[in-house]
Amino acid sequence: MKKLINNPDDVVKEAMAGMALAHPDLITVDLENQIIVRKNAPIRDKVGIISGGGSGHEPMHGGYVGYGMLDAACPGAVFTSPVPDQMLAATHAVNGGKGVLHIVKNYTGDVMNFEMSAELADAEGIQIASVITNDDVAVQDSLYTAGRRGVGVTVLLEKIVGGYAEAGASLDQVVALARKVNDHGRSMGMALTSCTVPAAGKPTFELGENEMEIGIGIHGEPGRRRTKLTNADDITETLITPILEDLQLKNGESVLALVNGMGGTPLIELYIVYNALQRILKGKAISIARSLVGNYITALDMAGCSITLVRLDDELLKYWDAPVHTPALRWGR
Amino acid sequence: MPVTTGDIRDWIQRSGQVLHENNAYLTQLDSAIGDADHGINMDRGFQAVNKKLAGMEEADISTLLKTTGTTLVSTVGGASGPLYGTAFLRAGVATAGKQTLESADLITLFEAALEGVKARGKAQTGEKTMLDALAPAIEAAKQAQAAQASLAQIVQAMVAGAEVGTKATIEMTATKGRASYLGERSVGHQDPGATSCWLLLQALADSIKQA
Repeated sequence: MKKLINNPDDVVKEAMAGMALAHPDLITVDLENQIIVRKNAPIRDKVGIISGGGSGHEPMHGGYVGYGMLDAACPGAVFTSPVPDQMLAATHAVNGGKGVLHIVKNYTGDVMNFEMSAELADAEGIQIASVITNDDVAVQDSLYTAGRRGVGVTVLLEKIVGGYAEAGASLDQVVALARKVNDHGRSMGMALTSCTVPAAGKPTFELGENEMEIGIGIHGEPGRRRTKLTNADDITETLITPILEDLQLKNGESVLALVNGMGGTPLIELYIVYNALQRILKGKAISIARSLVGNYITALDMAGCSITLVRLDDELLKYWDAPVHTPALRWGR
Repeated sequence: MPVTTGDIRDWIQRSGQVLHENNAYLTQLDSAIGDADHGINMDRGFQAVNKKLAGMEEADISTLLKTTGTTLVSTVGGASGPLYGTAFLRAGVATAGKQTLESADLITLFEAALEGVKARGKAQTGEKTMLDALAPAIEAAKQAQAAQASLAQIVQAMVAGAEVGTKATIEMTATKGRASYLGERSVGHQDPGATSCWLLLQALADSIKQA
C-alpha cells in the first residue's frame, strides 16, 4: 500500500483537522464529536440539514458543508457508517428552531445509525425528518437485497435541497423536494481498479488487466458483473442504458447530468465520458440543461466513474442554480 | 455452577482478545462479500468497551452488558454497531437484577439479544447474517437444556450450533446488508457477521470453562 498518510488509525481525524485549517471561513470542525459544522451554525429560522456516512468518499459529505448546502456532516471511519452520537451532536449544532433533516444514503449501517440518532433526537423533542437516497440502478432486485444504494444523486440532492432550505422552506417542504429529487434521479457506476482501505492495507478486490466491474458501489463492494474492458464510448452506453430505461425519459425532456470520478481517474477521461454521454442523449432528444464533471463522490483511490441523471423541472433547476459556497462546490456567491 | 459477574466480565475481555486476534480474518471474509471492515470495526469497538469496563469495578451483570451495548453503538459504526449494540443492550435489560445466571437465564439473555437484532435489522434467519449463527445456537441450547445438560454443556452446544449455522451461511444467498448487492455471487463465502457471533460464543464457552 502506497498512501500519503501517517498512520491508518489517524486518517479521518488528520484529514478533518486539515479541512478545518484550509476552510476557516466556511466550516468549523468539532474533533471530539467528529463532525464538520457550517460556520455560524445554527442558522436561525432555517431548516438544518445534515448528512453523513463513511469516510473515503471525499469531497462528500464534509466538502458540501456551507452556504446553500449542508449545515453539518458526520464522517465515520473509512467506509463505515458514523455512530448515532455524531448525528445527535450534529443535530444539536444545526437546530435553528425550524427542524432538522437527515439525508441518509441507503446502506444498512447508515440507515440503522441515523435511525437510532433520530429516535434519540425525537425523544428530546427536536423536529426531525429523514430522507433516504437510493438511486443506484446496478442493484436490480430490491426484494432480495438491502435495496438500491444511495450514490451520485446524494450530492445533487444535497445541493438542491440546501438551496431550498436557504430560501426559507419549511421542514415538510424540504422533505418533499428531497423525495422528488431522489425519485427523479438514477445512477450507475463502474470500476477499472479496486480501492485500498488504509486500515486493511491491501486492495479490497482484484481486477485483471483487461477486466472491469460494472455496477460497482462506492465502497469497492463488487458490482453485478465483471466483464472484458472496452472503450469509453461503450462503457458510457453500458452505464446510461439502464438509467434511461429506469427513468423512462421522454423526447424533449431535460436533465442534470453528473459524470463522477471514483477518485483514481483523471479528469481528462471523465470529459471523454461526458462527450459520449452528450452524444448519446442528443440522439434520444434529451438535453443536458446542467452538468457537473469531476470527483464528487469517490471511493478512495478507485479508478472508474459513475453517471447520474436527474430529470429536471423548473423547481429543481431553480434551486440547483441557487448560490452555493462550500469547500467543494461554489457558484453565484 | 451458575454464570457469575466475573464470568461475564471475563467473557467481554476475552471477546476483545479473540476479535483482535481475528481482526484480519474477519476483514478478509468481509472483503469477499462486503466492504472489508468488519474485523477492524469489531476490534475497535471491543477495545473501547474494555477500556470503559476497566473503570467500572462494581458493575453487575446487567450493567456490564448494557455498557457493552451502548459503547458498541457509540464506537463501531456500520451495521455491526447498531446490531451488536442492540444485542448487548437487550441482553442487559433481560438480566436486570440478576447476581448470577442459571441455564434458563442465559437462554433468556440470548433470546432477548436475538429479538433485538431481528427488530433493529428487520431481518430473519436464512438471509446470510449474524442471525444464522445466533438462532441455531439458541435452538441447540434449548435442546441441551431439555436433555438436562449442565450449564457448561449448554454453552458448548451453543458454540456447536453457531458453528454449524456459520458454515451453513457459505451456501446462502445474501438478501440483507451489503453482501446482498452481490446476489448469487455471495454464495460460496462465509458470512463475517455470523463468524464474529460464533467467535463471541466460543469466548463465552472458554470463560465458563476457565471458571
